[in-house]
Amino acid sequence: MAKLTLTRNIDAPDDFYAELIAAHEGLSKAESDALNARLVLTLANHIGDRAVLTEALAVAKSAG
Amino acid sequence: MSKIFETPLYPYERSPDQEAVTPVRHKVVVIGAGPIGLGLAIDLALHDVPVVVLDDNDKVSFGSRAVCYAKRPLEILDRLGCGAPMVDKGVEWNLGKVFFDQRQIYDFNLLPEDGHKQPAFVNLQQYYFEDYMVARVRELQAEGKRIELRGGNKVVAIGDHPDHVHIEIETPEGPYELEADWLIACDGANSPTRRMMGLDFVGKVFEDNFLIADVVMEADFPTERWFWFDPPFNRGQSALLHKQPDNVWRIDFQIGWDIDRKEELKPENIDRRLRAMLGPDIKYELEWSSIYTFQCRRMERFHKGRVIFAGDAAHQVSPFGARGANSGLQDTDNLAWKLKLILDGTAPETLLDSYDAERIHGADENILNSTRSTDFITPKSEISRIFRDAVLDLAEAHEFARPFVNSGRLSVPAIYDGSPLNTPDGLDGGPERSRPGAPCPDVPLGAGYLLDRLGGGFTILSIDCEAEEAVTEGGVTATRLALSTKDDPTGALAQRYLGTAPSAVYLIRPDQHVAARFPEYDVQQIRFAIRRATGKE
Repeated sequence: MAKLTLTRNIDAPDDFYAELIAAHEGLSKAESDALNARLVLTLANHIGDRAVLTEALAVAKSAG
Repeated sequence: MSKIFETPLYPYERSPDQEAVTPVRHKVVVIGAGPIGLGLAIDLALHDVPVVVLDDNDKVSFGSRAVCYAKRPLEILDRLGCGAPMVDKGVEWNLGKVFFDQRQIYDFNLLPEDGHKQPAFVNLQQYYFEDYMVARVRELQAEGKRIELRGGNKVVAIGDHPDHVHIEIETPEGPYELEADWLIACDGANSPTRRMMGLDFVGKVFEDNFLIADVVMEADFPTERWFWFDPPFNRGQSALLHKQPDNVWRIDFQIGWDIDRKEELKPENIDRRLRAMLGPDIKYELEWSSIYTFQCRRMERFHKGRVIFAGDAAHQVSPFGARGANSGLQDTDNLAWKLKLILDGTAPETLLDSYDAERIHGADENILNSTRSTDFITPKSEISRIFRDAVLDLAEAHEFARPFVNSGRLSVPAIYDGSPLNTPDGLDGGPERSRPGAPCPDVPLGAGYLLDRLGGGFTILSIDCEAEEAVTEGGVTATRLALSTKDDPTGALAQRYLGTAPSAVYLIRPDQHVAARFPEYDVQQIRFAIRRATGKE
């Protein structure tokens, strides 16, 4: 069964979203891409659970 | 430059076979006197199977070529009686460093486990390797073993018949013909045998080139494997530095896809690269240079009729993982004893299907690892490079990212999980690493080692329990090796073979892989396991 959290899970979502956008401020496209990649890897390691990661990839792929 | 390249080691000599009116029949003919062909021939000779090796050349390979040998192949070579000179001459190493741009981002230690006779890795030029193997062939000949090396013998045609193979050979003195019960092609990645038989070789060619420069120099680099991603001296590409004996250094430069090979191989252009890397004042001598492309391919099946393929002829992988010669030696290790039993009539010819099953499993593992390394070293899309660089940027400060760094996943022995020759694991609490299909882990025993005590045949290894001294089933004899944890001062025997079990009986194949294991001796179980391991169940 699904182990990936797909219901709201972050307190003060507006704050986090602003922080995410702010982190990219002033960066070139290449620098932003690199930041996103480092972020994905860091978060993926924190999650660790391979089934959750596979599910997350599927969710991200199907939403686009 | 070493004279070893130039001395004919097995010069052409006229064979009495060339006078024969009808082609002489041999049991086994091997094509190719490289590391794999020689390894197989020595193994067969030790099993008292007469063997003829044909090679169109008569010297060791030109240039260092394969340089990195892992523990398992060293164990196989030791069983063949030529491991000691290789380890003595070879450069042992355990440390690797990875650089990104100008910075060292991390280092790794292979941390070899104690209590093994063989080291984790040695580096040794292929020409030494072949030289020691030819010396071993001469030694066996002196002992009366029927092993023959025919230089200047080029195979030009092959006919595969139901009960034999017909071979047409060209020599400096004209053509002759031979027949063989079995023909083993160990003739390399461009295998002429494979081509003559019109067989496939399917896989991936990576659009990138690497320049090898093997240089002789006095340098104070440590005996470590150094790998650079995107270094200042080779922008946007990678590079590798690794030590070999006699102050020979292996240097690889990634140089991209659209290159002029002839131009790149000019000494002045190689010199420019070397000085950019090592400094303007270095003194060196270029021993060998070459350009290669990463390829990951294999044959669909490793034998067809009476023609069997081994080593690069059957499968090819990118380097940087030490998976070429190392996996080829595991092929011959797997094949020799099976051929012996088939020729003796104590196993059915279908036993060869297990060679395919086990070694294709091994080849696929190597191809998977090698493909992944190649994708990391030479990212083929923008996003692939972005993630690669992200990993490298994170790895310096954060431990979690280091396992993603892939500068080559070094060769580990294949475990034949799911092999049709395995008897299901019967040892509750037995260690995972010595499960059926696994190669036996070595263990120190008094002054020697366990692997030295496993003979060339089947072994019944009993630990802390009774067993018969020998069991013969269908013409195949397994001989007992009785061990006790009372004689296990390091505890390695218990740890590597018992786990939490109080006692164990292992059936071990001639290639030192575990066929079956049980908590105690039961002759019916051993008989079943022998039948199964010889393709009769």
